Amino acid sequence: MPTLPSDDTVPAAPDACDDAPYDLAVVGAGPAGLAAAVAAGRLGLRVALLDSAARTGGQFYRHPAPGLGARRPEALHHAWQAYADRAARLEALVAAGRVDHLAEHHVWAVTGAAGEWSVHAALGPDGADQRRTVRAAKLLLATGAYERQLPFPGWTLPGVVGAGGAQAMLKAGLVLPGQRVVVAGSGPLLLAVAGSLAAAGAEIPAVLEASGYVGYTRRPATLAANPGKLAEGAVHAAALLRHRIPVRTRSAVTEVHGKDRVEAVTVMRLDRDWRPVPGTERRIPCNALAVGHGLVPQLEPATGIGCATRLTPDGTHALVVDDRQRTTVTGVWSAGESGGVGGAELALLEGELAALDIAGRDGRGRTSRARRRDRLRGFADAMAVAHAPRPGWTAWLDDDTDVCRCEEVTAGQVREAVAELGARDARTVKLLTRAGMGWCQGRMCGAAVACLAGGAGDTASRRPLACPVTLEQLAED
Amino acid sequence: MVGAACAFYAARSGLSVVVVDRGPVAGGTTGAGEGNLLVSDKEPGPELDLALLSTRLWRELAEEFPERIEYEPKGGLVVATTGHGLDALRTFATTQREAGVTCQDIEGADALHDLEPHLAPGLPGGVHYPQDAQVQPALAAAHLLRASGAELRLGEEVTAVLRGPDGAVRGVRTPRGDLLAPAVVNAAGTWGGQIAALAGTELPVLPRRGFVLVTEPLPRVVRRKVYAADYVADVASGSAALQTSAVVEGTAAGPVLIGASRERVGFDRSLSVEVLRRLARQAGELFPVLKGVRVMRTYHGFRPYLPDHLPAIGADARVPGLFQACGHEGAGVGLAPATGLFVANALTGGTAGPSGGLPVGAPTLAEAFRPERFGVGAGVV
Repeated sequence: MPTLPSDDTVPAAPDACDDAPYDLAVVGAGPAGLAAAVAAGRLGLRVALLDSAARTGGQFYRHPAPGLGARRPEALHHAWQAYADRAARLEALVAAGRVDHLAEHHVWAVTGAAGEWSVHAALGPDGADQRRTVRAAKLLLATGAYERQLPFPGWTLPGVVGAGGAQAMLKAGLVLPGQRVVVAGSGPLLLAVAGSLAAAGAEIPAVLEASGYVGYTRRPATLAANPGKLAEGAVHAAALLRHRIPVRTRSAVTEVHGKDRVEAVTVMRLDRDWRPVPGTERRIPCNALAVGHGLVPQLEPATGIGCATRLTPDGTHALVVDDRQRTTVTGVWSAGESGGVGGAELALLEGELAALDIAGRDGRGRTSRARRRDRLRGFADAMAVAHAPRPGWTAWLDDDTDVCRCEEVTAGQVREAVAELGARDARTVKLLTRAGMGWCQGRMCGAAVACLAGGAGDTASRRPLACPVTLEQLAED
Repeated sequence: MVGAACAFYAARSGLSVVVVDRGPVAGGTTGAGEGNLLVSDKEPGPELDLALLSTRLWRELAEEFPERIEYEPKGGLVVATTGHGLDALRTFATTQREAGVTCQDIEGADALHDLEPHLAPGLPGGVHYPQDAQVQPALAAAHLLRASGAELRLGEEVTAVLRGPDGAVRGVRTPRGDLLAPAVVNAAGTWGGQIAALAGTELPVLPRRGFVLVTEPLPRVVRRKVYAADYVADVASGSAALQTSAVVEGTAAGPVLIGASRERVGFDRSLSVEVLRRLARQAGELFPVLKGVRVMRTYHGFRPYLPDHLPAIGADARVPGLFQACGHEGAGVGLAPATGLFVANALTGGTAGPSGGLPVGAPTLAEAFRPERFGVGAGVV
């Protein structure tokens, strides 16, 4: 780290004063936020690192609670060392009073302007305790991403879990979603999930990828520039071979069967547009299904303060960031998945690049990191194109399939709102059907509703509250 | 909502109608509203008369579209927080009663609790307004539009109002071409001033921002539309400063809605923690049971207001063929059917109305809503 000073050159921590604003507030302690907080702390800034979880690492470096007695959490992770190094540095910075790790802080909104941001958080494991406002001159949003789900008949049965969710269960609690788990959906995560589940003892009768992998080879330059990613893919492939897991491309689970929980799935071949090919139905007995269609950037609280978004190659929205990780709002930076899904390695780099710019540093450390960042971004975009959902998937849906499970809104109701009632976007569908008004605030059904309403619009939906907050917390001074 | 009602009653009168909107259905203030159909917050005068007519029309519409528009004649309960406030509220209600409003005085905390068991203890009393009701505004607009049979041109922005050599309106221009019509109704709500300008005249419509809080779904803890008596003063106020007085109500779907702030800050879309704080505090004071309840989301909208807080409705004498139907401030959904009926009546020369035309007194009402009452170049406070 050429431009990051060694510990003994870092200025002493300023006098601790609870009311004094921090130089920097980092929202999210996953790979990007953690790397940024550590780098900024070492560059002499006084930093607040906020995250809803009790421990750092985010979704990617999720690891078991100490009470579970896991001896080697790293066995479930590649690139564990990158995390372990930064976690150790964070501990030192916290001890030195330069970084405050504000765990169990659920950020529900940000207000203010450059130089005087207020980050509003609800405290406690589930955000039900008191409320706290953290003030900072600058703001880095590293809010990560959540899994994209596309509905199909039976997807609400117990035993159907998110592919990322299955991996999270495994990493955090060392539990499997079932003994015989079909893995389905689209995107590079599926192979990693299947590998982890198999390594933990699950039987994986099939991995079903709705796209092909041939898309990758259409961008040989991007692949050649990312040998690390190729090696990562090879690791997954080797793991699947070792466990004799068949991978079927251009296939999808189009229906889940079972009375009280998953008993079997129907698998069909898909055409280029993901329309199921009639006559290709095959039934696979299983007791769990792990399914996911890539990740969706978590845009709150960024959109609440006016950060511009862009439409990504796979049909989601991400924050617009420039070469220095600056968003379109002065005094606000973004690193990691909130600016576009690209993986942990990219997130670490972006976090450090943001910290360098925030601290006003430039130089060689920046240039080499920026070059690696651009290369990884190119790879991420190629993957996004290859795995973007194709319009034919909506043929999986019966009119009575629930699209929004919180409010129990069916595909038929959404189609009626579009065809008969003048809805032209997801927001109007929500107003007319309640799809997306429930507990998850459209995070689960947003992608599906947008598709049924004619595609993702130019602008992302706005959620002024990034998470629920009690009336009493809102009423506090 | 106002545009949908105009289309509905115009089509009922036998006119052929096309509805043009740059967005989707209910994309403006309608989609950000609570769907209040209130008489309780209106002092005697032309707006209250319009609201009473609308109350009757909404009941007819609810019979025509049962359940689909989530019409709920739940009634309103205005509570006083002090003895002095109760006296003022009583006096106000007496004048409303003389103007045709149905309302009952509620004496003491016990009587209040019979109506709303979860109200805070110790409140001196209030007034019950059974005519207050609610619809789901986006559904109401969508279903009225569908029932009108009007041609919908959504996602199409009006870029010009076409006028003939004599100055009379002869249609509108959109990116998809010209739409010719001898009459154009401006129901662009908060953005109505822009359409007026395209037609060569002025209408000083300005935005007044409001926030609404939406809680997690709850069993029915709030039965009516409940608010503190201060709300009426806020609605009538012309002040630019922030005013909040919580209006709390349960919905058929479960969440409790908490409105309604009023402030003039232009089209500022940023979240105001201060507004949310005040709404949350006031709602908790009225209903302590809500304090631990989680707020799932908040949204804001921009009410279209005119300097005298009355809408502009009817033929615009300055531009032949131009009709105005905007500036209803926070009452657009409630006043929509009566507005639609008035506009249809003006369009057809007095024959409109499924209920046999307009009520007695309509000409006086029309006078109060004359669009040209501000004059060209009227100053804005």
